Amino acid sequence: MTSSKLRPFIPLIIFVVMAIFLGIGLTLDPREVPSPLINKPSPAFSLPQLHTPDKTLSRADFNGKVVLFNVWASWCAACRQEHGFLLELSRQNIVPIYGLNYKDQREDAKQWLIQYGGNPYVASAHDLDGRVGIDWGVYGVPETFVIDKKGTIRYKQIGPVNYQNWTQTILPLIKQLQAEAS
Amino acid sequence: MTTKQIFTGLLLMGWMVIAQASIYAFDFDDPQKEARFKRLSEELRCLVCQNQTLADSNAGLAMDLRKELYKQIQSNASDEEIKNFMVSRYGDFVLYNPPVKTSTYLLWFGPFILVVIGLIILLRMVRNIGKQTTQTLSAEDHQRVQQLLAEKKED
Repeated sequence: MTSSKLRPFIPLIIFVVMAIFLGIGLTLDPREVPSPLINKPSPAFSLPQLHTPDKTLSRADFNGKVVLFNVWASWCAACRQEHGFLLELSRQNIVPIYGLNYKDQREDAKQWLIQYGGNPYVASAHDLDGRVGIDWGVYGVPETFVIDKKGTIRYKQIGPVNYQNWTQTILPLIKQLQAEAS
Repeated sequence: MTTKQIFTGLLLMGWMVIAQASIYAFDFDDPQKEARFKRLSEELRCLVCQNQTLADSNAGLAMDLRKELYKQIQSNASDEEIKNFMVSRYGDFVLYNPPVKTSTYLLWFGPFILVVIGLIILLRMVRNIGKQTTQTLSAEDHQRVQQLLAEKKED
């Protein structure tokens, strides 16, 4: 009978199936919660700018261009890691980088930029109470949104932007979005 | 230390806990709203510390979201509206009770499928046990059993 021949292998089969599922589980990062905002219009906001509080930064400032919208704060340790890379990107002039300074004191934020080598942002919006962050579904800083010319969110990078995710994912996407008609 | 001093100390400690808790407490004019706040903040997940509810967590974001929840309850938003608000920003993951839909079928029905598979295996095993016991003894063994039983009686 075939079933009795198979019988000794049943534990092995169960083990292999479990190993495959657990292996897949290990490659997933539970901290990366897929954002429901992908391919949705970016949430409207209007906030005072970090360096010039009498001017506002709003969604309209992104109109017609592909932009990176980077959520950062002076209290965020991982932002320090990312900062050098963002500075390098801003020098290359590939894509304008806007900042959302999230739940931060204005002076601390400005000081932090000086301390860590400069300001990579065209402008940063100052979200003192984090209310705009809630609309954007921000739950862990840093986060970076890629927004297309029509103002649609196309990608969200959770955690620092680095050489690897930039070259593999973000840059190719930006190139593709920049080629799209506005 | 006298008993009185210890007692006073304990009272003070209790008061400190209450005082600290009240920093984050919200005032409700209506006990029904307060009950809704309590229930909803226990149904929503804090995304920073993922295995805590909004009610449990002390993370900055959880506090902000509790504030938002308070505002929405005070302005009489329905449960549905509040949950939609959260889900549209943070995804189904914020709900401790995920909705039944195609991507969550496995989550909802997987355990029942496993129980059914388990039952099938169990039934087959029980049947096999039945088969094994009806195996007949060879004539030789039968004789030996008889012999052993006879010996036992003689004792």
